[in-house]
Amino acid sequence: MSITPERVAQIAKLARLELDDEKQRLFAGQFEDILKYMDTLNGLDTAGTEPLYSPVEQPTPLREDKAEKRFERDDIVSNAPETDGQFFIVPKIV
Amino acid sequence: MSFLYDKSLSEIRSLLLAKELTVTEVVEACLKRIEETEPSVQALISVQAEEALEQARAMDEAGPNESKPLWGIPLTVKDLLCTKGTKTTCGSKILENFEPFYDAFAVAKLKEAGAVIIGKANMDEFAMGSSTENSAYKATKNPWDLNKVPGGSSGGSAACVTASQAFGSLGTDTGGSIRQPASLCGCVGLKPTYGLVSRRGMVAYGSSLDQIGPMTRSVEDNARLLQVIAGHDEKDSTSVDAPAADYLAALNRTDLKGLNVGLPKEFWAEGLDGEVESACRAAVAKLEELGAELVEVELPHSSYAIATYYIIAMAEASSNLARFDGVRYGYRSDEAENLLDIYVKSRSKGFGDEVQRRIMLGTYVLSSGYYDAYYKKAAQVRRLIREDYLKALEQCDVLVGPASPVTAWNVGELTSDPLKMYLMDIYTISLNLAGLPGLSLPVGLGADSNMPVGLQLLGKEFDEATLYSVASLLEEKTEQLGTPAGL
Amino acid sequence: MADFEVVIGLEVHAQLKTESKLFCSCSTRFGSEPNENVCEVCSGMPGALPTLNAKAVEFAAKMGLAMNCNVSLGSIFERKNYFYPDSPNGYQISQLDNAICQNGYIEIPVGESTKRVGITRIQLENDAGKSIHSQAENLSYVDFNRTGVPLIEIVSDPDMRSAEQAVSYLKTLHSILLYLDICDGNMEEGSFRCDANVSLRPRGQEEFGTRVELKNMNSFRNVQRGIEYEIARQEDLILDGEEVVQETRLYNAEKNITASMRGKEEAHDYRYFPDPDLIPIKLTEEQVAGWKSELPELPLEKRARFESEFGLPEYDANLLTQDRAIAEYFEAAVGCFNNPKKLSNFMMGQFMRELNERSIAVADVALAPEHFAELVRIVEEGMISTKIGNDVLPELMEKGGSAEAFVKEKGMVQISDSSELESVVDEVIAENPSEAEAYRGGKHKLQSFFVGQVMRKTRGKANPALVNELLQKKL
Repeated sequence: MSITPERVAQIAKLARLELDDEKQRLFAGQFEDILKYMDTLNGLDTAGTEPLYSPVEQPTPLREDKAEKRFERDDIVSNAPETDGQFFIVPKIV
Repeated sequence: MSFLYDKSLSEIRSLLLAKELTVTEVVEACLKRIEETEPSVQALISVQAEEALEQARAMDEAGPNESKPLWGIPLTVKDLLCTKGTKTTCGSKILENFEPFYDAFAVAKLKEAGAVIIGKANMDEFAMGSSTENSAYKATKNPWDLNKVPGGSSGGSAACVTASQAFGSLGTDTGGSIRQPASLCGCVGLKPTYGLVSRRGMVAYGSSLDQIGPMTRSVEDNARLLQVIAGHDEKDSTSVDAPAADYLAALNRTDLKGLNVGLPKEFWAEGLDGEVESACRAAVAKLEELGAELVEVELPHSSYAIATYYIIAMAEASSNLARFDGVRYGYRSDEAENLLDIYVKSRSKGFGDEVQRRIMLGTYVLSSGYYDAYYKKAAQVRRLIREDYLKALEQCDVLVGPASPVTAWNVGELTSDPLKMYLMDIYTISLNLAGLPGLSLPVGLGADSNMPVGLQLLGKEFDEATLYSVASLLEEKTEQLGTPAGL
Repeated sequence: MADFEVVIGLEVHAQLKTESKLFCSCSTRFGSEPNENVCEVCSGMPGALPTLNAKAVEFAAKMGLAMNCNVSLGSIFERKNYFYPDSPNGYQISQLDNAICQNGYIEIPVGESTKRVGITRIQLENDAGKSIHSQAENLSYVDFNRTGVPLIEIVSDPDMRSAEQAVSYLKTLHSILLYLDICDGNMEEGSFRCDANVSLRPRGQEEFGTRVELKNMNSFRNVQRGIEYEIARQEDLILDGEEVVQETRLYNAEKNITASMRGKEEAHDYRYFPDPDLIPIKLTEEQVAGWKSELPELPLEKRARFESEFGLPEYDANLLTQDRAIAEYFEAAVGCFNNPKKLSNFMMGQFMRELNERSIAVADVALAPEHFAELVRIVEEGMISTKIGNDVLPELMEKGGSAEAFVKEKGMVQISDSSELESVVDEVIAENPSEAEAYRGGKHKLQSFFVGQVMRKTRGKANPALVNELLQKKL
């Protein structure tokens, strides 16, 4: 399977990115190489091997259900590109 | 070694406690050193000179506090770690003006211990890179040769420590980002066991791989920093609830009798540069002289580590970096007219190429129809890789090998070939998959390049103490590299 | 509908009644100022990490146990990746195949009997934020107070065959949640939400038809009407030879139609993968057994027991067990006065009317069950009439205290003294000579007129049986 610039554009859309044509072509070639390299894993038989998603094997820590206010709203919105001091503001969500 | 800034953290601590130096003097010495070296090294994204001096004056007024293990010590932290009220950019344009309202757990620990944070270290954007050339702000140079890269992604921390701008720095290591630049710059870098140091407040790249660790000029200094930042954090679910060991006590070992040192044959094979191999072999011989027993071991799935690593790291990154969307913080494109524009334009202009590349590859490997072939497969191979390590470490106490197949390469040499750059992580990457601790120790200069070579010591889970005891004895037996030639 | 079979599966989201959010310690309080109950975790700040709320795990497991599910001893959280302003991380933390509860069932009342509905899974996940949209400014205002509030999503098997069954399932589920006291069940405020997957297939066909997901039905009635509309719509399409399109449709209660969400939908690819910030939830057999032993008697069991133990009709038992607090109040009252049917009559009548009128819950009633029982008892014993009993109940419910003392103090005790009543009866006959004449002439209907007059003079306190007896004797 080969990674076309169109496929790159599709993935970009899913990741909320946009690339110009040149970069689409560049990435397509690079992705092709990288994914081909990743495909080397297919040479390995992993049937019956349990996937390992995290090296930590302790039980999940469970937090006591107690409400706590750790920050003020001023902190929360302090970095917002657009705010009225109460809300985060974005162009209208369709 | 007569300059104040060249002294070790431990020496400075004694002098501060004895009131032979004031915190202000120490901070000023570092700031001056930064002023001198920064134009060429470019190790720091920001310097908190005023805040540091103000803090120093207040500390001097209050007088030394021996109960604080880092009292008055100037340090830097990688700009991936959140610092309250101080810009935290992650080396990215998208966080150019981001000022967290909280400290990373590790940063808070440093502050509690009395450290003075004087700067935020440069890095590959969002820790994605092996050369610190992928920063939106500057490319850090290797203090041993300004035409060469310092390694990455914690290249700013490595260069800063090596150039004596501070007495230590915190880096982060997802696939070798502490150990590899430590090796290329000639300093000591430790990646702790996954779960030893809280990840809270470290901006996530590959959450199941990321760890914060200390970078210093000596093993003892390194142990001092780890002692402060290690420990359970109930607000990080992957932080392990176990008391940290006494790392300083581990430095008292006098020989390595009874210690089994494993040499994974895959780490000493084809692809390893000659000068790196000979420097590392010489170091291994010293371990033997110190009484260690050498054992050859196998890590049979090593050749799959890079592919496995990049699938997992990129997949996690694609999701971790989704929060940078121009809604709540960070860069928002002024060209955005609607909501979709805000996402697409802010992200496309805010992220650099390598970050976009990894986000997209990560998106691809998780996407419908490919998950099993890539992500799940990689997670299965990951288990095999971890089992290899656990098995090898049943036969020995530590494993040793080179930290990087080559010494530092030229600036710009690998930037156009991402895959080739990824392959440089060959010796460091599998350890993150396994979650185990690793330390890179400078063991000499390459015979051809005259650039530092680092030996990597790999240990059992939560056995950083053994790594420190071995590294410290080897350090004693090794001739110091001396002043970086590029400065 | 003879030719088609309706297939309905429901996805119910229930907000759990915890104090703090699922992955951070912010308050779950409803109605706070915007972005007041928010921290770095639930606003998706860089470097923030989730920690799991123990209570939410317990609540989800209990719901699973109440629905006969297997509770997984090692379930995992997955990230569901999508971009939306009210989802600050760019993903929701949810569960998928390895959810906390799996493979259960519940019995739901259908007509005179019950039907078993399978439960595919119950998953724990965090709620999204809320936005206010300003048409005029063309802006949206995003508030993260609700972001991170714990939800369980209860996914049923496609086992329901009509809108009525779907509503019956929902009501059963709703009452179980309230019995377990893990969700406030408020549909209007959105703490109990339902999406329905509706499809039609030719009767006898195994294979499912194309399904449509219905959203935005915020009352039981709207669920019923929305599904009915959708069934009719799909049937029309099929009969006209057109295709049902797989899509999400929103129910519009004002127009009573469903409309496609077209446009907003793009091909979703949620790229689920295990959340590396959260390791698997490990539970022990003992923990699960402990939670099971803490489960209260559930509505259907209680209803059956009310019928068998108290001899109540099905109608009464059903009505009294829908709300756990009402059922428990009733049982406590039965313990003080063992006449379940009489208690039930008062409870289903004036008592519940009062709750509805004042929009209050049993917990807000000041009258203790023993004093409620006392009221019904003194009615039965003839101390007061049924009417007076009903009249005084609202005030008693508000103020509480002994019913007997109350009616005595107010002088409402029935006059059962015949000599006292006799003089009143005499008075009434004397004051109405023409009516007395007519009665004697055979117009016996006038008896009630005389009873009414006696009641008026005694302000309702006369014992009606005695009045009738006296009237017959005197006239």
